[in-house]
Amino acid sequence: MSMHYFANPARFTRLAGRIQPWAGGLAALLLLVGLYLALVEVPADYQQGDTVRIMFVHVPSAWMAMFCYMFLAGASAVGLIWKHPLADLAAKASAPIGAGFTFLALVTGSIWGKPMWGTWWVWDARLTSVLILFFLYLGYMALWQAIEDSQKAGKAAAVLALVGAVNVPIIKFSVDWWNTLHQPASVLRMDGPAIHSSMLWPLLIMALAFKAYFVALLLTRMRMELNLRRIRALRLAERTS
Amino acid sequence: MDGLGEFFAMGGYAGYVWPAFGIVLIVMALLWITSVRGWNNSERTLTSLRDHRRRREASEE
Repeated sequence: MSMHYFANPARFTRLAGRIQPWAGGLAALLLLVGLYLALVEVPADYQQGDTVRIMFVHVPSAWMAMFCYMFLAGASAVGLIWKHPLADLAAKASAPIGAGFTFLALVTGSIWGKPMWGTWWVWDARLTSVLILFFLYLGYMALWQAIEDSQKAGKAAAVLALVGAVNVPIIKFSVDWWNTLHQPASVLRMDGPAIHSSMLWPLLIMALAFKAYFVALLLTRMRMELNLRRIRALRLAERTS
Repeated sequence: MDGLGEFFAMGGYAGYVWPAFGIVLIVMALLWITSVRGWNNSERTLTSLRDHRRRREASEE
């Protein structure tokens, strides 16, 4: 199947309509299970007490913040190089979702940091690079808004997204490269997860719930963007005819 | 009742645990609602634009 198979907007809309309810349902189900495990089943940590439960929303939010950006940058690259007609739309549709999760990673981290580190915020490498990620999302969305011609806007926003992609490895390795209050990775490690399986499973379920939510929301927003593009074209035809 | 009270107390960290989970659910719900609403609006606008166009084309013939 070629990459351009789903470039046909009608085909995309049909397929999206079929996937959407499944992704949405899966997200709701996994979220309920994950929340139950995180809030009830998982025991309080012997050092962190019940604050450890914040991990089950903080870590998946932070993963999604990074994942959305990689998706956004990847779609932007496809749009720039192959001029795939849905790539720009996919990138544009993913930006508010990524911004939302980055905001949540920052806020839940801050709420967790206060009782555990004794401060809401420190200007260390991990926190600062995630804050920069948040501003990258905002800048990306602002650029789409600022340029009237949607083709030019898409191109400029894609370039920004690709330049900003250098921030992703900086976030990932910031905890290894610099001295930071933030703890290093305990799940995505070369030598396997350093986290007890009673906590790993709820964490993975929450992460999957967020992924399914992303898919359902992305498809909704892509269909919206596709409609908006058609509306613009119709209005333009109206004016010139 | 005691078990429930203990659950909500979160070992004395209720003021941190509940707001953290609350904000996540609020932001996810808001993103969801605004996106679905935006999509519905776009469907409606598109349908009315197409109807308008069809009617005009029919009247021109």
